[in-house]
Amino acid sequence: MDVAIVGVGLHPFGRTPGKSGLEQGAFAVQKALADAGLSWQQIQFAYGGSTDGGNADSLVNHLGLTGLQFVNVANGCATGGSALLSAYMAIKSGEFDIGLAVGFDKHPPGAFEVNPAEWGLDPWYGEAGLCLTTQFFAMKIQKYMHQFGISDAALSRVAAKNYRNGSLNPYAWRKQGLTFDDVANSPMISHPLRKYMFCSPAEGGAALILCREDKAHQFSQRPVFLKAATVRTRRFGSFEVFSPSQALKQTPSPTVDASLAAYEMAGVGPEDIDIAQLQDTESGAEVMHMAENGFCKDGDQERWLAEGRTEIQGALPINTDGGCMANGEPIGASGLRQVYEICVQLRGEAGKRQVPKTLKTGYSHVYGAPGVSAVTILQR
Amino acid sequence: MSSIPDQIPLVEGLFSWPSANPCLWGSRCKACGTVDFPTHSCCPNCFSNATEVIPLSHRGTLWTWTIQGFPPKAPYLGPQPFEHYGVGYVELKNQVIVEARLTTADPEKLRIGMPMELVIEPFARNAAGQALMMYAFKPEGVN
Repeated sequence: MDVAIVGVGLHPFGRTPGKSGLEQGAFAVQKALADAGLSWQQIQFAYGGSTDGGNADSLVNHLGLTGLQFVNVANGCATGGSALLSAYMAIKSGEFDIGLAVGFDKHPPGAFEVNPAEWGLDPWYGEAGLCLTTQFFAMKIQKYMHQFGISDAALSRVAAKNYRNGSLNPYAWRKQGLTFDDVANSPMISHPLRKYMFCSPAEGGAALILCREDKAHQFSQRPVFLKAATVRTRRFGSFEVFSPSQALKQTPSPTVDASLAAYEMAGVGPEDIDIAQLQDTESGAEVMHMAENGFCKDGDQERWLAEGRTEIQGALPINTDGGCMANGEPIGASGLRQVYEICVQLRGEAGKRQVPKTLKTGYSHVYGAPGVSAVTILQR
Repeated sequence: MSSIPDQIPLVEGLFSWPSANPCLWGSRCKACGTVDFPTHSCCPNCFSNATEVIPLSHRGTLWTWTIQGFPPKAPYLGPQPFEHYGVGYVELKNQVIVEARLTTADPEKLRIGMPMELVIEPFARNAAGQALMMYAFKPEGVN
């Protein structure tokens, strides 16, 4: 049983004062229903998640008390990916025909507040100032730059590209198109990463309606087929956030594991991917994720970025909607925003940011604390 | 004798202190030899429950690093007003790579691969005015 995405919806990302996280989630669901020409009563099940925006199943207060099966999902930055994976499996099993994956969030400004105990760590780790995701990302790219010769300029190029793409996206948060110089001259936050190389916690909602492949054309002129959805967690030896120690011998990251599993499931390889959405918590993450997802060799990113290969007009456009950098990071919604963008691009409906070539296969990837990754592969 | 000590460790069981030659405490798996920090009763590699507490080497090499450039939110206890601080991972040969505060926040003084040594230093003060001692690594040979 294959699975299709027949409806997509988004609430604009960024800051929406006066509108709760749940309201933004419900807005996204209503958009997705309208996109598929469906009513809420036709949805048989839902998986949804939010970290700070409320209980996802409370969306029924806004959408209607139909009695559907609604399961809340909480999986950090992979919350959206996990909701999608769950919906995918529910349909693949043959149990349901049509359902919803939804994510939304509304975070307070500033870096995420982290309680060490929730991550299985003792209080000293936070008291000593070590429990920050920003430090981990900085230290991972610091090591990577040292090993593979990535320059500071490459980090600025990634961010400038994402802000440029965001300026073309009506749903993005940061649309002012920050330039290379803006990024390269912004304050150092966590060496070697500067202020505008990071994404910021934000707000937003995203929803996808999934159905059995053989019913897809009833609801969509242009269904997108979900060829793979995977979630993987860290294995011993991979360098991960919130780790007081690290094994002497390194093993591949959960991104590598989720990626390889997705390629195998879809029966395609990285050379078949026409467009990708990769987790860009900060510039370094996008650089490293280019290699971890199999698109280039370690170190080749320097040349790829200098040549503009990941721009909208390039050989492999990455984060065409501006990614987390231009959209901000509402944890529950980000993973589904990525899939939304791939669907819109494959359908040829991305407006000013539409990739100017025929697109067949798209790819989305998230990574988050404490070492979890979700990948999807989508085809027209 | 019931006087309040001037200095106490931020947390018990992380490092030996007071000591003329302080060390971090790690655990070593009796089955596969994997070393972990801080101590755990379960081995992260082979999942055996037979581990023993061992002293970790007080010297190592810098594996990676960054400088914390903004004040962490609660429960951070560090100096007020906020001061930038170095954070790194230090590779202890044949043992484990440990995360630590660094004694310098100057990026010019840090490079991957440089020799580092353990120090126990005052980190913050509690309500009773006692210095809370914490481990850190400093570039070797620097005072």
